[in-house]
Formats: sequence, C-alpha cells, structure tokens
Amino acid sequence: MNNTVLESQPDLLVDYDRGAQGDLRTEELLINMGPQHPSTHGVLRIVLRTDGEMVLEAIPHIGYLHRCAEKIGENIQPFQFIPYTDRMDYLAGMNNNQGFALAVERLCGIEVPERAQVIRVIFAELNRIASHLVSLGTYGLDMGAFTAFLYCFREREMILDMFEAACGARLTYSYITVGGVHDDLPDGWIERCGEFLDYFEPKIDDYNNLLSFNQIFVKRTSRVGVISIEDAIAYGTTGPMLRGSGLRWDLRKTQPYDGYETYDFEVPIAYPAGVNGVPDGVIVGDCWSRYYVRVLEMTQSVRIIRQAMDKLPEGPTEAPKLKNLKLPDDEVYVEVENPRGQLGFYVRGDGSTIPARVKARGPSFCNLSITTKVCQDVLLADIPAIIGSIDVVMGEVDR
Amino acid sequence: MTPEDIFKLLAGEFSDAVEGTTAEGGHPYITIKPQAWPEVASFLRQDARLRLNLLRSITALDLLADDQLVCVYDLMHVPTDSPAALITHTFEFAVRIVTDRTSPQIPSVAHVWPAADWHEREAFDLMGIHFSNHPDLRRILCTDDWVGHPLRKDYEFPLEYHGIPATTEFELTNPRH
Amino acid sequence: MSWIENRFEEGVIVTSLDWAINWGRSNSIWPMTFGLACCAIEMMAVGASRFDIDRFGAGAFRASPRQSDLMIVAGTVTYKMASRLKRLYNQMPEPKYVMAMGACTVGGGPYFKHGYHVVKGVDLVVPVDIYVPGCPPRPEALIEGLMRLQDKIRSQRRTKDVMTKAKEMALA
Repeated sequence: MNNTVLESQPDLLVDYDRGAQGDLRTEELLINMGPQHPSTHGVLRIVLRTDGEMVLEAIPHIGYLHRCAEKIGENIQPFQFIPYTDRMDYLAGMNNNQGFALAVERLCGIEVPERAQVIRVIFAELNRIASHLVSLGTYGLDMGAFTAFLYCFREREMILDMFEAACGARLTYSYITVGGVHDDLPDGWIERCGEFLDYFEPKIDDYNNLLSFNQIFVKRTSRVGVISIEDAIAYGTTGPMLRGSGLRWDLRKTQPYDGYETYDFEVPIAYPAGVNGVPDGVIVGDCWSRYYVRVLEMTQSVRIIRQAMDKLPEGPTEAPKLKNLKLPDDEVYVEVENPRGQLGFYVRGDGSTIPARVKARGPSFCNLSITTKVCQDVLLADIPAIIGSIDVVMGEVDR
Repeated sequence: MTPEDIFKLLAGEFSDAVEGTTAEGGHPYITIKPQAWPEVASFLRQDARLRLNLLRSITALDLLADDQLVCVYDLMHVPTDSPAALITHTFEFAVRIVTDRTSPQIPSVAHVWPAADWHEREAFDLMGIHFSNHPDLRRILCTDDWVGHPLRKDYEFPLEYHGIPATTEFELTNPRH
Repeated sequence: MSWIENRFEEGVIVTSLDWAINWGRSNSIWPMTFGLACCAIEMMAVGASRFDIDRFGAGAFRASPRQSDLMIVAGTVTYKMASRLKRLYNQMPEPKYVMAMGACTVGGGPYFKHGYHVVKGVDLVVPVDIYVPGCPPRPEALIEGLMRLQDKIRSQRRTKDVMTKAKEMALA
C-alpha cells in the first residue's frame, strides 16, 4: 500500500513505505471482534482485516441472536405476537408494538380511537427519548466517558417508572396493541409526565456539556466514519443515520401515522461545523453528527409530548370487537419511524386468525449493512466509534 | 406517482417483462419475470421520473399451495435534490418476482441497490431462494451448517444441534405451517 | 467457639479459614459483561445509578472471561452462540459461577415452542448455579439472585472437601 490519505481523516497522513523501511514493519492480520465484546452492543461479530493500526476491511457476522420471530409470527395470532415485537428492538418496545399494531390495523381496516392515538404518540415519543438516552450513555461508555452513562440512566429510569405505572413492565411493555392501547392511563399520570418533562428538558444541556461538546469526545468522533447521503440511501440506512448525513427525511412527516401530521415539530439534521453551534472539526455525516441528531431529536420529542398532553381527548382507548380477529386475504407493508430508523412490518393474511407471513424489517439490520463500506481504511480505535454511532440493537438485526 | 402510473410506465417500457399487476388491496404490486428483473430494477432506480432509490425490504413468501416461492421488493422514493429542506412527499412501490419451489432462482439486484445484499442473503438463508450473480451468497442468520430453510412451510424442526437437544414435550416437529 | 474467646489480647480475631475465604469471595464477585439480548439492558440498569450492584461488591464488570467469577447469561442463547458461550465458560478461572438470567436462559422462554434456533435453556450447555426467572427479570430480581449466589458461596466447605479427599486417598 502506498501513501494513503484517509478520506475521513485528511490531516492524518499514513506513510506506509516509510514505515516499512524503518523498524516498523506491518503485516495483515485477521482480528475477530465479538460476539462477546464490550463495545459491539450485543452479540455482533466483526472480522477485521488489519494492517498495524489500520483496518483494511471489516466484515460483520450476524445471527447470534436469531430468535425466529418471523416463524413465530406465522404460527400465532397477531395479539399474541405483540410481545415478540417488544423483544425485537428491546430498547424501543413501544415503537415496535406500534409498528406491528399499525400493520394489522391497516390490514383489517380497524379504526383506532383518537384518545388511543394520542396516548400512542406520547408513549412512542417517551420511548424514543429513553432509547436515545441509552444510545448516548453507551456511546459515551464506548468512548471512555463513564459519567454520562450514569446521568442518562438516571433519567431513563424515570421514564421506565412512568411506563411501569401505565402498563406494569419496565422493558417489554406490550402496551400499544392492535386497535388501540391496552389500558387507559392511571390517575395523575399526565401531571406526572408533565413534571418529568419540566425536569428533563434542562438535562439535555447537561448531556451536551458532559459529552456532546466535550473536546475529547468531539476529537474522537468527528471526521470518523463519514457517510454521504447517496451511500446512506443506497444501503437502506434510515433514521438518525440518514438525518446525520444531512437529509431532512422523517416518516412522521412524509407518511404520517397515528395523527403525527397534527403535531408541530422539526426534523433535526446534521450541520457542518460552525452552523448552529456545531464544534470545529465536525463534517456532515460523521459519527458526531449522527450522535448529535439523537440529542436534538430528544428536544423535539419533548415538544411532541407536550402538545399531545394538551390535546388528549376523552373517550375509549381500544377499538371494539377485536376478539378472534380474522385477517383478510390481503397483504400490507407498513413502516414507522423507530428511534433507529424505519421499522417495517409485512403482514399477509389468509382468511384465518393467524397470519400467513409476518416479516419485520429491522432498521438496525439495514443500518449495519453499511459497516463494510464505512470501515475501510480507518484506525482500529475508530471501529467502536463507528459501530456505536450506528446504534445497533442486535435483537432486531437478527430478529 | 401512484402505483397505477408506474404500472403504465413499466408496461410501456417493458411490455414483455410484466407478468401482471395487482392494484387492489393494501399493497399494490407488479409481477415481473425473473430473467428481466435486473434490467427493470436499474430502470426503477435510475429513471428520472421514478428514482426509487431506497430498497426498504425484501420479503420472501412460501406459497406452498401454488408450489411457488415469491420475493416481494418494497421500494421507496427518497428525494435528495435539496437535502436541507423538509421532505414531505414521497411514493412507494412494490415488485413481486415469482419462482418455482423446487429450484428457486432469482437474479440478484445487489449491484442496483447495495442494501439488497443482506436482504437477499436473508431470503436465501430462511427461504432457500438462490440469487444468481450475488457477490457473497451464504447464510446470514443461521449457522453455516444449518439444515433446511426454516421459513418454508414444510420445514421440520431440528431434534438436536451439535449435541444440544432441541426436543421438548411439545409437538415441535409438526408446527402448523 | 466460646472456649477460645477472650483468651487472646485485643485486636485478634478468630475465625475459620472457610469463613474468611467465603467472606472474601462472596463479596467480590466480578461478573463478566455477557449481555446477549433484552436482559442485558436490565443488567446495565443494575450496574447504573439507581440499583447500583456495586453495593454488593459485584459492580466490577469485566470484559474478559479470564478476570471474572460470575457469568450472568443475560438473554437468549441461540445455537450459533452456544459454542461461544461454552468457550467463554471454559476460559473463566475456578471458582466460577453461572447465573441464568431471564426466561430464555432458564428454559427457552417465549421462544420455546417455535424457536428452531434457540437453545431451550442454558443449562443444556453449561452448568448453572442460580436461575433468575422473569422476562426480563427486574433489577431487584437480579440483585436477589446475586444474594442467593452469595449465600451459596458462603455455605461452601473447602476444608471438609480437603479432609474427605485425603481420607479417600488414604483408603485407596
């Protein structure tokens, strides 16, 4: 290999020839990273072909958490499958419930009561905040910042407490179900949620001070793993990955569901250095941009929840007559905006109560497929930064 | 563009390749002959009127009664002309490729949409569809030495795997599908 | 041991070797970060600010099996993962303990019936000391499991084993 100027790190010039002439001789080495590795966020295995500190090629191997969700989906009723969607993306159970519920509702033509729709939006956005908090915290852990993790989990526990008050579970909710939500909100829940939002909103500045604008963190994540918009779309990446490349694309705006068109919110994207307070050194599409899009999304989620709390109507929370729901001989493909990207469910009925086929399109599955493209000629230490910024949840990669 | 517009456009451009269209129901789709699929795919991806640049999902179906395997490609248009402006309009489209069950073979479109690479590997792993000209067609979710393709309706569950028993008191070997 | 008490000067503590070793072992269980699935998130929550497993001396999560005493199998074990799990278990130094956290590791859990790729219980692969049920178990349940493991460690009798072994050898 000749003198290589790294595309992602133009100021870092690696002179291979000079190294070979001196006492520094390198040779290619295959390194197996994972499936048990602290910074692969689960059971991801990546085989790295390295030359010294440089990673020439990274090939992800997945399937270590393949839990046969699609086979299960075509053997049980949609109501029974809702808990399995929780376990696909276990950081965003509410959003997954919502995705599958919407798919079945669209297949069977079920009208969801308005109160249920608003409650769904509140819970989906709360879960988006909770999921992004885990993403922030663990990304800090990957980058060697332990403190932010503890702060993020402190606020996340408050959200989980509110979920627990509403549905009794901390992680696998099955709260949003086909035809509405499982139960009405308990007394005083809305006031509690308002108190939490008032408490939480200033905390986002804390995270920014602790992590986002921390010089060490910025140096570690900026100009690393740059993805262009064209590449991002070609590999099917969505969500904060695509917005982190600078495209203002959000399914909640383009194909609104559950009444998202009635809420006033912005879609945050990545900006170049110097614009909107983005620190020096950051270029659009790098790891820092993807990370910061998540921080900005939390603010927007707070906005949406506030509006939803204000307009929460009275009424039923579940559509009537849903027992032994017969699925018509038809098929639908429905996508929702998950914290990680577009979560799709393909459901096909055959006239019975059990679907003929259920297919889930996990956003992390597609987001992860870009790894090989991004992790070319990067430093070994950048691999955790890139993987962490993709924010994979192996449960939905392998399903 | 509505699905009907795209049906018309494709019927005009590739009259030989279209096997049929289904506009009713919740998921309108066009059925394309397998051998013409890469050409149609490039057209869908590159034509200025369509530019269906986001491959969302590839769903493999097992139609045991018809003795067919089907691949459903869900596509979407993501406008990239002015990325910083809020995008509010888009359209989606679905394509079906039908192949027979005994020797399923569909040309790969991984060179058109790189996202298809992993989706096709998944369809190969779980449904046993061979994608010709795929750059790296091997199992993606199950282990390399897995027997059978689990999402087929006539799949028999394993009784043990490398010494780890998988039998239970449930009728595991005879699931519903 | 009342006959021995108050026979020494102040500052001398009399205890059995077993008690002292078990006391040290049970209060510094170093778990391995072996998060597989959903349960790993609850395991992280146990290590984070609210539940703080450090209070029980088990907060030093180790990334390497060679430095850890306890393997918390947190999440579904698949056939693809089973061989890696066994290898990691073999890499841990003695004494080692395994905690099966969550319904999937206890016995397949929700993936029991149609999960063709899921191991129906991690005890089919490695020996398990403590089972913590739940899907996923609450952090309190995990802490309870840890305390039961501490009880188990405290009740171990090393000297007795040594004596029986010596006796057996003498007889043989």
